[in-house]
Amino acid sequence: MEGVLPINQVVSEVEQQEYIINMGPQHPSTHGVLRFLLSLKGEVVQYVQPHCGYIHRGIEKMTEKITYPQIIHLTDRLDYLSAHMNNEAVSLCVENALQIEVPERVKYIRTIMAELSRLASHQLWWAAFGMDLGALTTFFYGLRDREYILDIFEQTTGSRLTQSYNCPGGLMNDIHPDFQKKVKEFIKNFRKVLPEYNQLLTGNVIFHERTKGIGLLSKEDAISFGVTGPSGRGSGFSCDLRKSHPYSAYDKVDFKEILYTEGDTFARYQVRMDEMLESMNIIEQLIDNIPEGDYALKMKAIIKLPEGEYYQRVESARGEFGVHIISDGNKNPYRVKFRSPNFSNLSAIDSMARGFKIADLVAISGSLDLVIPDLDK
Amino acid sequence: MGVIKSMKHEDFKDNESLDQMMLENQGIFFSTIDKLVNWGRSNSIWPLTFATSCCGIEMMAAGAARHDFSRFGMEVYRASPRQADVIVVAGTIVNKMAPVLKRLYDQMADPKYVIAMGACAISGGPFYYNTYHVVKGVEHVIPVDVYIPGCPPRPEALLYGFLQLQRKMKTESLKNGYIKKNAEDYDVNVSK
Repeated sequence: MEGVLPINQVVSEVEQQEYIINMGPQHPSTHGVLRFLLSLKGEVVQYVQPHCGYIHRGIEKMTEKITYPQIIHLTDRLDYLSAHMNNEAVSLCVENALQIEVPERVKYIRTIMAELSRLASHQLWWAAFGMDLGALTTFFYGLRDREYILDIFEQTTGSRLTQSYNCPGGLMNDIHPDFQKKVKEFIKNFRKVLPEYNQLLTGNVIFHERTKGIGLLSKEDAISFGVTGPSGRGSGFSCDLRKSHPYSAYDKVDFKEILYTEGDTFARYQVRMDEMLESMNIIEQLIDNIPEGDYALKMKAIIKLPEGEYYQRVESARGEFGVHIISDGNKNPYRVKFRSPNFSNLSAIDSMARGFKIADLVAISGSLDLVIPDLDK
Repeated sequence: MGVIKSMKHEDFKDNESLDQMMLENQGIFFSTIDKLVNWGRSNSIWPLTFATSCCGIEMMAAGAARHDFSRFGMEVYRASPRQADVIVVAGTIVNKMAPVLKRLYDQMADPKYVIAMGACAISGGPFYYNTYHVVKGVEHVIPVDVYIPGCPPRPEALLYGFLQLQRKMKTESLKNGYIKKNAEDYDVNVSK
């Protein structure tokens, strides 16, 4: 058997070769059309190079040709899983620029709607994250409970996903008479279901093996990359804008900011699971106390902002969503910049995935909860 | 009238074009085999997991617990285009993505079908005006069988679209080899 290399030597030679593979744009675990360029040695990731722009729709440029109330219909489609929060950011920014104060009723309803969409977003994330790791059951459980929230949205706003409910000056319409009853029913139901989620996935040994100690992100890295939202809070970066810079009705409710210091995939998972509980606490504090009053201010037919620059940020389901409007006094903005949380969160993926296996990259990108149209704008 | 026994005309709209297709495709020798083959084909449509934006979430909802389109035989989402029968274009297609979509379509085995889901895939939708980057209708890139309007369409609308595709498949005949479209006619660069 001369000339045949022993198997150990063959394996070690293959492991020393570096080769580059392409993941995406059509790949089931990238949750959209994101493309990774991976350099591998054996199975170990050397570096990850994300390529963006496969769903770049030019929303920032489009806003320069349309009026301020029309912008909310585009921000809906940026991060469609937290459409309420995106609209809230635009509405608050315009309201701050005009220096008007919306009625208390609007603030309460906006907060409840934002927390409901955060719940729906986290449920979908839980469903998809389990599926990424091979647990198909989570997909059906998560989407089953999400439908109840979408029912509530549909009854009040008329749409399941892209609601366009917040607008500059208030809300598009008043809440449905059954709104409070349905929300309370849902929360009563979901408090029973959430332990089921934990039984299914959180305590699972295989799940622990796949997530614990995987994709480490230190607090310093999280701050320097600008990783915000649940992903940043999993690394101990206290970045909850609802707590540090309260807007709408968040200064009237009592809730705690979820912080985990491990910085691995499991910590980011736990942050989101605990946030679902906190969201339910926030809604329960507000739902019975919605004050009477108008659901919107009477705004002028054409809104013109005074000349200047305005910035407003809110805590969306994925992190800090910011709107920067530069106005030259016309009915259209001169320039609008969206600070999308996903783009900053994605920038950390290279330092998180280096040295781990390629299968762990799926878990890491799943734990960042990326929404690609928001990332590419 | 009820040409297709299991899917009656009165339950659906747009029956005229279906009757037209029926007339064009009817054969004498193959009709019984056609019925058997089409029964099998139309009840096991496997879609490709291809979602670019918001419509993808509604497509997931259609596959999940409440709407559950595995009742109609589309349960198995395939990640590889080589195993898929239908590509549901769920979301906006921009100029950078158009060549990828074309390549995915070319990789699918015949007979293959395309469903354009949502306003973006039909015409560019909300991104039709003032944009420099969006393909204004996916039919500029690949041939489309069924259009589903909405922004995004409800899961029920997607189900209706799938049923219409099933009816379309049931009118087809073996004598044409199921290939009617010429994919080479479609040029990716036609986007404006």
